[in-house]
Amino acid sequence: MTLSKLDLNLLDTIADIKEMPKGALNIRLNGTAVMRQSSPNISVGPNADGTGLVVEIKPGTRNETVHVPVVLTQPGLQDKVYNTFIVGENADATIIAGCGIHNDSHAISRHDGIHEIIVKAGAKLKYLEKHYGEGSAAGQRVLNPTTIITIEEGASAELEMVQIKGVNDTVRSTVAHVHARGNLKIVERLLTQSGQKAESDIKIYIEGSGGAAQVLSRAVAQGESFQLFRAALIGQAACVGHVECDAILMDKARIRSIPELQAEDAEAVLTHEAAIGKIAGEQLIKLMSLGLSEQEAVDTILEGFLR
Amino acid sequence: MLKLEDIHMQVDNDSGEKIEILKGINIKFEKGKVYAVTGPNGGGKSSIAKVIMGIYKQSSGHIYLEGKEITNLTITERARKGIGYAFQQPPRFKGLTIQDVLAIACPQADQLRIRGYLRDVGLCPEDYLDRDLGAGLSGGEIKRIEMAQLLLRNPVISIFDEPEAGVDLWTIQKLLGLILSAYKNNPHNTAVVITHNEKIIPVCDEIIVVEGGVIIEHGTPAEIWHLIKDDIECKVRNQCQGDVIYDVK
Repeated sequence: MTLSKLDLNLLDTIADIKEMPKGALNIRLNGTAVMRQSSPNISVGPNADGTGLVVEIKPGTRNETVHVPVVLTQPGLQDKVYNTFIVGENADATIIAGCGIHNDSHAISRHDGIHEIIVKAGAKLKYLEKHYGEGSAAGQRVLNPTTIITIEEGASAELEMVQIKGVNDTVRSTVAHVHARGNLKIVERLLTQSGQKAESDIKIYIEGSGGAAQVLSRAVAQGESFQLFRAALIGQAACVGHVECDAILMDKARIRSIPELQAEDAEAVLTHEAAIGKIAGEQLIKLMSLGLSEQEAVDTILEGFLR
Repeated sequence: MLKLEDIHMQVDNDSGEKIEILKGINIKFEKGKVYAVTGPNGGGKSSIAKVIMGIYKQSSGHIYLEGKEITNLTITERARKGIGYAFQQPPRFKGLTIQDVLAIACPQADQLRIRGYLRDVGLCPEDYLDRDLGAGLSGGEIKRIEMAQLLLRNPVISIFDEPEAGVDLWTIQKLLGLILSAYKNNPHNTAVVITHNEKIIPVCDEIIVVEGGVIIEHGTPAEIWHLIKDDIECKVRNQCQGDVIYDVK
């Protein structure tokens, strides 16, 4: 099947795909897999009930990437997918997910992506997920990602989850289980504008001794948008955990940030910090004193903040 | 040349009363010279600098750059016309790297120049260029990067607001050397250094002493340094209650 220019533009925005990648991939367009291929070390196939994918990365695989982007261009489509990713022992791999919606209609286009990820002992995973919406009419673009990740003994994962722009409504749920000496870093960057709403709920159970988890959240809320950020760290062993939430508030937007720490072991060291505020006037003045206009200064600050 | 003509500046105090911060400042900053602006804290030194940059608005008076009035120009417009300001306490930016900010300061600068200026201020480019200009840097490092930005930008008028504040003694000497070599006898540029530092003040071409919102002395170091240094030291000491940061001796 040939992808349209619109499809390719969305793929480029969410997954940096300018030409078809050579390795393992699955491109889901309007609820159907339109391109699927495995590589010698990464198998991509349907799950048992046909509701999504099973991606298996062989143990010991080094420096390979699998792309599993989703594109919705059919107005009013309600798409739901269940994907499972298994990163084999001592593998080192990258998963590039993400979803782009183009909706020019007055209907609601919605994608719910449920990803279960198992990072086996000693493996290392980088997971990138970008969300993006566009369209000229009043139709809603809704994206609800659910991520359930298990970090086995001595494994590590970095999840970078970004909402670029144009998503009217999102409810993001992330649940992680970190085993002994496992390491998880979650970086979430969200931009909401006009009347958009974003809700992110992250819950990390650090279950094994020597486990570590870090959540870095950067949020920018503009217009009359609203963001709710909840992050809970549950330390159940001798472990280290940190939650950091920084948010820039503009116009009439609202942000609510609720970090939660729950220590169930005397050796658990859990910390959090949160800051919400407008762009500092001194930052604007500094950049303007370098010759940027006020709008250029705002754009530069936001671009850096959400990078 | 930059000319300040009868600049007054007022602010409201907590009770809503008008307080005059600058009371008729008249100065001409000529090209090829390095000026030291000194005096006790609260005297109006930084206010003059910020009025020049457009950060503070004067309540009356006029400012001319190269003979053209810039009194009502914005900060951006003044920056584009060739006024630069190195902040006393530069802000930090989450997510912007040192490379990003130096590239904004001087978009036409190539990597060779950018790296050269970072080395000049005592920072190894390999270690610093990709670092976030955020909380991970010390005050002294931020200050050096601020200096590098202004030196790299090389505007017609460069204002250094207390370059010595928060910087170690060894670096102060180096930064002073950089300012003097870049601006002394340079027919295209002027440097204005707001300072309390006794190493910096006497080696500048002219000294301007500001106190209580007025210029109380203005001359070459040979003319006035021996007259003012004890007086400045005494006032600064009294005001800062012995804080050695402001010790000019």
